[in-house]
Amino acid sequence: MNRKDLVIKGGYVIDPAQEIDGILDIRIRNGRIESLQSGLGTGGAEVIDASGMLVMPGLIDMHAHLREPGGEESETIMSGCEAAAAGGFTAVCAMPNTRPPADDAGRIRYILEQAHGAKARVYPVGAITRGREGKELVEMHDMAHAGAVGFSDDGSGVANARIMLNALRYAAMVGKPVIAHEENADLSKDGHMNESALSAELGLRGIPRLAEDAPIMRDVAIAEYTGTRLHVTHLSTRGAVEIIRAAKARGVNVTCDVTPHHLTLTEKLVATYDTRYKMKPPLRGDDDIEALREGLRDGTIDAIATDHAPHALEIKECEFIDAAFGVTGLETALAVIHRELIIPGILSWRDAVRKLTLEPSIILGIEGGALVVGGIGDVAMYNPESPWTVEPDMMKSKSKNTPFSGWELPGKVAATVVGGVVHTCADR
Amino acid sequence: MAFGLDHLFGLKGVSKEDITTILDTAVSFREVLDRPIRIVPTLKGVAVLNLFFEDSTRTRISFELAERRLSAEVVSFAKSSSSVSKGESLRDTVRNIEAMKIDIIVTRHSSPGTPQFLANHTKCRIINAGDGPHEHPTQALLDMLTMRERFGSLDGLRVLIVGDITHSRVARSDIWGLKTMGAQVDLCGPSTLIPIHMDAFGVDVHYDFDGILPEYDVLYMLRIQKERQTGGLIPSSREYTAMFGLTRERVKRMKPDAVVMHPGPINRGIELDYEVADSPKSLILDQVTNGEAVRMAVLYLLSGRKEE
Repeated sequence: MNRKDLVIKGGYVIDPAQEIDGILDIRIRNGRIESLQSGLGTGGAEVIDASGMLVMPGLIDMHAHLREPGGEESETIMSGCEAAAAGGFTAVCAMPNTRPPADDAGRIRYILEQAHGAKARVYPVGAITRGREGKELVEMHDMAHAGAVGFSDDGSGVANARIMLNALRYAAMVGKPVIAHEENADLSKDGHMNESALSAELGLRGIPRLAEDAPIMRDVAIAEYTGTRLHVTHLSTRGAVEIIRAAKARGVNVTCDVTPHHLTLTEKLVATYDTRYKMKPPLRGDDDIEALREGLRDGTIDAIATDHAPHALEIKECEFIDAAFGVTGLETALAVIHRELIIPGILSWRDAVRKLTLEPSIILGIEGGALVVGGIGDVAMYNPESPWTVEPDMMKSKSKNTPFSGWELPGKVAATVVGGVVHTCADR
Repeated sequence: MAFGLDHLFGLKGVSKEDITTILDTAVSFREVLDRPIRIVPTLKGVAVLNLFFEDSTRTRISFELAERRLSAEVVSFAKSSSSVSKGESLRDTVRNIEAMKIDIIVTRHSSPGTPQFLANHTKCRIINAGDGPHEHPTQALLDMLTMRERFGSLDGLRVLIVGDITHSRVARSDIWGLKTMGAQVDLCGPSTLIPIHMDAFGVDVHYDFDGILPEYDVLYMLRIQKERQTGGLIPSSREYTAMFGLTRERVKRMKPDAVVMHPGPINRGIELDYEVADSPKSLILDQVTNGEAVRMAVLYLLSGRKEE
């Protein structure tokens, strides 16, 4: 396909893969990066003036819920990708807990077909077990061939240790990661928030940290035993960080990610029974946030993922114990990280970008995540000095369940480029 | 009269002054209940909706009687199922309520926080008649009224709440209310029925009932629900009674003027021996009578807030 060439001029480029931090121009031809240097000519090309912008590889969200098929009232692949583009994400992993779940090659192909023409690349993650029931492995080879980039029973932990052991070994053979949602369902049963003094007070059944830490400990042991790799998604506890830090120190092939909301919000927000703060894993305490931030800083935590979980109003604005778990996140992630981690000096821009781009691409084995010459032309442009207030009604996602409603954020995504095609986003 | 509450969600954070106002007001309504004609025009023209999403006989009847004795317009609505799983959502229910020009909603629901949800979505005054295991403030107020009647004051009173704390809204409301009023509250029961994190409540937790029961002025016995045994929380009701039941033998070891209370309904033979519930030490029927007076007081005081 002959696309018009694109030159992004004068932006401050941050590309951790090449240790680039500086003002450079980028030329994209036929969807791929042709050159990256200062003072590029613009002849014949569409030009974006990126002066004042941070220009980075297109963000990759390792963990999002696009709800299609089966949950189209909350989100579709198209609307989810709109939200992604608005947030600087050029690639999104679609988790498999749809209705029906993505547990065979046909369903992986269906997702990819639905994603044609979307504003972001969609990478389907297949289930680990048929029907996400934790009993029989899916046809991982067939699904990987169809386009699955990893396997996860997200939304549920794999209760059976033998199945998890087999999943890790089989996925390793297929060359794809297992993305583990770590939750012991017996320990989290009927839980609606973090188990704590506050849950005791509110009369809400708690989800103990143990429900996350214990299965992580088990799965790290399995990965160590089998010599395979494990990716643990959406960490929320100090214990989880410490288990993974120790495992990495022993040489276990384990990686992990954390969400912006677990890095910034605590369970105290649940005190008014506001269902916007109901999520899994639940919001924890200050001590956990501190540990997660330290884990980000010291490299224990590899990636930041949104766990974008859109829910239609009627399943969120209801009694607390009936409300669905989950919050949206694609459109706020980068600016929340800017405000909460970068401005206070917890993460550098380069480290933050690395955890949103390069690391996910490495863990998943997908293209992107860097602005290397010859690589795909996926770029995000962020204006760090364009404050805005989060208003749910202005979101691109079909669902409005953001926990950051009302937050003043310091900057916003100005544009994303996917394969050389520009999506202008700063139209809030 | 200074009364600081717009709604009664629970007793956490409610001031000593407000609790005292409610209890004192209840005393005057208690006198109404002793009259030959037990009705006053206090709430004439005030529309009260009893919105019960969860089974309740005693509390619902107590509220209805209180409302009628205050001459309120009373509408009762019982819905046994969760609103999301079946039929109309709570939001839609709320919209209908708004359209019906209701002034006060008395609500019971299995989901903690539902009273706040209603308050956020209506202009009505809300009285929580029990929201899951969160709070049951009028029960605690009637308990406090009953204790105050017997002991003259709550200040310094030693109260032991015994049984299933985890699932008890009564325990939570009693802890907050009694502590605000200066009582000492401790807990006793199987470790599996007491949340790990009780530090927020400022109470001591005991597992040795026999060792501590002679120290308390009030033994507040909670109901043990049969379903808790099948959930792996306690091995059997027989063992529960052996460890935590208030038997005749244990009653003999209570302080001479100590009393027994229970929010009802009682499982006789499990948390209380058959005759203990009917013994002179038992204040259980006083609790029931005081319930009506307390509910009249709360309705009256909140309707007054509305007029302000």
